[in-house]
Amino acid sequence: MFGRGKQLPVHGAAPADSGPADFLTTKLETMVGWARSNSLWPLPFATACCGIEFMSVVSSHYDLSRFGAEVVRFSPRQADLLIVAGTVVDKLAPTLRKIYDQMPEPKWVISMGVCASSGGFYRAYHVTQGIDEIIPVDVYVPGCPPTPEELMYGIFELQRKIQAGEKSRDTRSARFAEGDKHAWTPGERAPEEAAVPGKPAA
Amino acid sequence: MSTVVEPSTLSAKSETLRGRLAQSPLAGLVEVSDLDMTVLEVAPENWFALALFLRDDRGFLYDLYLDLAGVDNLRRPGRRTRFEAVVHLHSLTNNEHIRIKVLLPDPEKPVLPSVIEVWPAANWFEREAFDLFGFEFTGHPNLRRLLCHDAFVGHALRKDYAPGQRWFFTEGDLRWPDWAKNTEERAGHFETQTLSIGPSHPATHGIVHLIARMDGERIVRAETQIGYMHRCFEKMAETHTWNQVIPYTDRLNYVSAMINGVGYVRTVEKMLGIEVPKRGVLIRTILSEFSRIMDHCVNIGANLVDMGALTNFWYLFQNRENIYSLLEACSGARLTVSYVRVGGLAIDVPDDFVARCRSLLESIPTFVADVEKLVTNNRIIRNRFQGTGVVTKEQAIGWGLTGPMLRSSGVPYDVRRTRPYDFYDQFDWDVAIAPDGDNFSRYLVRIEEMRQSLKIIRQALDIFPSSGPVNSDDWHVVLPPKDAVYHDMESLIYHFKIIMEGIRVPKGERYEWIEGGNGELGFYAIADGSGGPYRLKHRAPCFPAMACFERIIEGSSISDAVATLGSLNIIAGELER
Repeated sequence: MFGRGKQLPVHGAAPADSGPADFLTTKLETMVGWARSNSLWPLPFATACCGIEFMSVVSSHYDLSRFGAEVVRFSPRQADLLIVAGTVVDKLAPTLRKIYDQMPEPKWVISMGVCASSGGFYRAYHVTQGIDEIIPVDVYVPGCPPTPEELMYGIFELQRKIQAGEKSRDTRSARFAEGDKHAWTPGERAPEEAAVPGKPAA
Repeated sequence: MSTVVEPSTLSAKSETLRGRLAQSPLAGLVEVSDLDMTVLEVAPENWFALALFLRDDRGFLYDLYLDLAGVDNLRRPGRRTRFEAVVHLHSLTNNEHIRIKVLLPDPEKPVLPSVIEVWPAANWFEREAFDLFGFEFTGHPNLRRLLCHDAFVGHALRKDYAPGQRWFFTEGDLRWPDWAKNTEERAGHFETQTLSIGPSHPATHGIVHLIARMDGERIVRAETQIGYMHRCFEKMAETHTWNQVIPYTDRLNYVSAMINGVGYVRTVEKMLGIEVPKRGVLIRTILSEFSRIMDHCVNIGANLVDMGALTNFWYLFQNRENIYSLLEACSGARLTVSYVRVGGLAIDVPDDFVARCRSLLESIPTFVADVEKLVTNNRIIRNRFQGTGVVTKEQAIGWGLTGPMLRSSGVPYDVRRTRPYDFYDQFDWDVAIAPDGDNFSRYLVRIEEMRQSLKIIRQALDIFPSSGPVNSDDWHVVLPPKDAVYHDMESLIYHFKIIMEGIRVPKGERYEWIEGGNGELGFYAIADGSGGPYRLKHRAPCFPAMACFERIIEGSSISDAVATLGSLNIIAGELER
């Protein structure tokens, strides 16, 4: 994108101390995308095991700051990348949505680990079967937990997407924000069809 | 093997207990039997009297309330009642465990008295049983759901509850404690206000929701809400085979995953009555002790980060990276290793295992020394740690604390010493204790335990057999070697049976406990003769610690509460399972 151009034809006398002119040709979006992709401010929404691996990624050994994504912020209002690291359960789902809504645009989401991506091997009564039920996800990183290299690859993929101007087109999560029950993956049976097991809670 | 002993051949311990009970007002109301430990069966109306007797009788003094497991006998014929509440207690004086089964006769409305007044530790355990089984505890001051969200319908661990049945939950469904809604309350000159910290807050270590009533800077009342990480371990265990549960155990206390696996497979091995060869046991011990060091590294590092001391975290985390490399060489995974199997290990260790361990023994002390130099005599740290988050000895016992939390209050209870398993009785090491019960004591105990773990590893390496099997050769339990499976019909059949049907664990029940990173790590398993557990209860050591957190911080400031929370070592996966 950036380059040192050909020497332009000189009209009249050239200024004495000037060499060939430096310039770049680009689109504004590309320029902004480049800047954004290399200054990500992640908010680690670390709930479980993946959170420990996220700590490894930002620690001295793997050192995420080499790639311009080290300014970890715990306030959603100061972050533009939400890294959901770990299992999200139904009780936490509204909190996650709230945090996502509080982040300023433009914002991106990385789903770290299989629990966040699909519920993982917790196909269970209290576990959200993938955070894409709640918020739109840009990059899914598989693994249980993913190794630091895998997460870093996920971040590179996101940087590529940001530079290309790609956004998640997932619309299911918007229905969750509106309180639509059908946005959720039912478990073995849909809630409406299920006979109420046991005694309802007082 | 399950060992059901006829009443006539009771062990001496149980016989004494039966004799004492016969002289008490409870005569004829309690049945005494022997399984893996003394087991008492009692009706709910006599449970409170029995609880007082067990705690106060001079001969027994069961002062540590360890665990409460609900059991639903719907698909387990031969039991007298559908629901049972199974309580495990420990006597620090006599160093022994006991199990009490409260048989709940009414399947529609299981009711039993709360024993919160006898053991304050019962608080959250009873709320959990109410949540997951629908047991109603009369006299419990705050009987609300604990783990499942407030829009949940039904009780998840009952056998007629479908494992995947979810319920829609929105923010409006969240129930706050009644006292938190009342903003009119005044104290002194200041109007108090209610502060909600979490569930997603950098200081809450995982996902904990603290609701605090503040009078200026002081916390006058607090309540912790959990369940933001309840991922149904126990229900998942019931739907898998014995070996398939191992990856789930890794994700309980994921900071020291290896120890959980060891605790779990030891329970199953005891039920099966099989022995693991010395080499296999020592590998487990060595990696468990390394895991304990990792656990304490993360705890101390994160605790200091909460207080603004970031540097130590890098030092301590580098240790972890080095230990990760060892675990990765052995098992292929860094964090959630899934390395143990019932009857041994997944695979043998690499050839350079001992050399790798020895080089870690060289490097870890230098990192620990660096941290000590920065922290132990640091004035800021001392000001913030000393005298904050104090837990007295009596409180610690009453709240059911174990592990570093109990030892830092001056009680030398360490399962590796009080009931030595594996080869711990052959090693020369000390139980680290501190007298004050404050945050600084907990820090000191953890630092010392890291040193003691290194000492144990060094001695374990000295007696480590350089070759030999790591697995039991009982092919009903352990997968035969791949070579044999390819060339030998019989081995192929064993392989097929174990993979497809699971290990056949004989009918029975067992509570087996070891020393985890946070304290007594127990598994209570019930087998019905099929390939998977009928019921598996995990006794999470940080569960009682979190339960008493709201009591510890009463009267302290928010900043002290943050320092205290860090020193409890709350691991969400273990806390809420």
